[in-house]
Amino acid sequence: METLVTGILLGGTYALIALGLTLQYGVARIMNLATGETLVAACFIAFWLFASYQVSPLWGLFIIAPIAFVINWAIYTYLLRPLVDRARNAGMLEVDSILATFGLLFLFQGLMLRSFGGAYTSYTFLAERFEIFGGFYGLNRVVAFVAACLIAVALYLFLYKTRYGTAVRAVAVNPNSANLVGIDVASAAALAFALGGALTACGGTLLSTYYTFNASMGVVFTMKALIIVIMGGVGDVRGAVLAALILGIAETAVARLIDPGLTLAATYALFTLVLLFRPQGIFGRQQT
Amino acid sequence: MFRRHMMTLAVSAVALAVTTGFAAAQDTLKIGASAPKTGPLAGGAAVTHWPNVKLWIQDVNNRGGLKVGNKQMKLELVEYDDKTSGEEAVKNIQRLATVDKVDFIVTPYSTGLNVATAPLIARYGYPHITTSAATDNVAEFAKRWPNSFWLLGTSKQLAEGVADALVKLRNSGAIGKRVALVNVADAFGLELLNAGKPALQKAGFDIVYEASYPLGTQDVAPIISAAKAANPDAFVAFSYPPDTFALTEQAQIQKFDVGAFYVGVGTAFPGYAGRFKDNANGVMGVGGINPDSKAIQEYRKKHKEVTGADPDSWASAVTYAGLQILEQAIERAGTTDKAAVIAEIKKKPFTTVVGEISLADNINHNVWSVGQWQNGSFNGVASKGVDGAKAPVKKEAWK
Repeated sequence: METLVTGILLGGTYALIALGLTLQYGVARIMNLATGETLVAACFIAFWLFASYQVSPLWGLFIIAPIAFVINWAIYTYLLRPLVDRARNAGMLEVDSILATFGLLFLFQGLMLRSFGGAYTSYTFLAERFEIFGGFYGLNRVVAFVAACLIAVALYLFLYKTRYGTAVRAVAVNPNSANLVGIDVASAAALAFALGGALTACGGTLLSTYYTFNASMGVVFTMKALIIVIMGGVGDVRGAVLAALILGIAETAVARLIDPGLTLAATYALFTLVLLFRPQGIFGRQQT
Repeated sequence: MFRRHMMTLAVSAVALAVTTGFAAAQDTLKIGASAPKTGPLAGGAAVTHWPNVKLWIQDVNNRGGLKVGNKQMKLELVEYDDKTSGEEAVKNIQRLATVDKVDFIVTPYSTGLNVATAPLIARYGYPHITTSAATDNVAEFAKRWPNSFWLLGTSKQLAEGVADALVKLRNSGAIGKRVALVNVADAFGLELLNAGKPALQKAGFDIVYEASYPLGTQDVAPIISAAKAANPDAFVAFSYPPDTFALTEQAQIQKFDVGAFYVGVGTAFPGYAGRFKDNANGVMGVGGINPDSKAIQEYRKKHKEVTGADPDSWASAVTYAGLQILEQAIERAGTTDKAAVIAEIKKKPFTTVVGEISLADNINHNVWSVGQWQNGSFNGVASKGVDGAKAPVKKEAWK
């Protein structure tokens, strides 16, 4: 029972990380390898706000998310749009975007190393006991989970209940057809990329309340986000959330019942199984 | 025209003579130091290493410098950041030896960096008094590099100390026989486990839970909940600073109450007590100090005054002791000749802030192995050959 709750709490945070990437990859068709760095940068900014100005990370969300939105929008418009414009097909865009964001990854990492150093950093926020069904959990994890749920619900309402959200989903399904029905694909893609970046930054802010982070950790999160996005079906928000929960529970179960050192192996084993038996992901469409 | 040139020449000659004269009257001893100021170990070096170097140089210079033969030589520090990288550290040593031509080099910080730079320091013939390297290979290293001295002890001593401390608690009725044992899967963690597990078993403890986790593990909640489920009397974690803090926090959150709670490296940092406050009381870790020793009390007071921060309770005092040994060896040798100083280090014991240290075989055999936070002081509760151990107390329930 305890394993289940811990796994769900962990999965909730993973979901945020993955939601960001699923929007960026599913709608804007950018395989953003720098997504982990965005997350870690958000961790550091949240830490800086908390340590220097005593701003609670929950309020910090309202500062960090808009900044991440603007920066990611700028990255898309000035760095990635030229790649989109000249790509002759989806495959070429993917390759170009991987290469470009790979370089971006090192740029961000270098900036962070320069500003914050390479040491492990953490801060204490709400590290109190919170009881659920007789088990004790960190209050910071529970709060992060609740915040992640609220953000996910807000995202769902935007994508499924508003016109613009529906337009964004249309671009994810088929950009050419979306163009034909009058949707401004370019601006929808830019919005999705920026929104994805803001979501990842939210994930980072919430994660920083109970994780120890350092400037070189981004790649680990990028890997996990990638696995969740592909497991859940590219571009599908519900799939990403479900896959994140499954991953969180699986990781916690393996760490608790088998060996803490095998969590990464378990993650990849799960990934391999999904790719073997359902390569389009849980909610993905079969490739024609 | 000619007279103007002659005047210039004359003035310069006089100036040169005067300045050379001043230089000769004030002899300085150049001390080189290369240690992390950035990189993963920057935090540890900032607590344990650099303050002691600063304190030592200031202490010596305030006394008028070192008495070398019949000269008073003040100390001049040349410092470099090795970015926690073995390659950078080696480059720095090279530079200190060949470009800055320092007279002596302060030991680098951490086992890894000391071992990485030892061959080059040996090649240049400097005395290499290590104070932050704890490894089982000290005997081999001392043989390979006869200019090297190892003050912090071996992993075996530190791990066996854990068994000693737990035995004391068991004999006093505070805990039973069940032990949960976890370790970080990195060099030091593995060495501690390889010595610690058999020591615990030999002392009659049952290992009811055992797990090893990779370096950099973020989520230690499952580890604590699994250990808790095994219902142990004692929890022992051979951990590194990030996991030391994380494990303690999780144990507190999940209310993992045991009579003995030991976490490895990092427990002795002043930041540990700062973070966990009352909950730190009763927690054991690597290191320890003798709080009743006048030398230690004075040292801690001076450290706080001069550097503005508290020293840690493991390698800080040992680092200062290592510098004291260098200072006393130079004065005893009466010369800055490196080989003579090395020979002097081996000859007779030295009086330092951590007591008397003898390096006849290049190794300090007397070390604190386990310390415990008792009312805000990380007191030594188990040692190899050091007096003044306090009795370990039972860990109270987490608040």
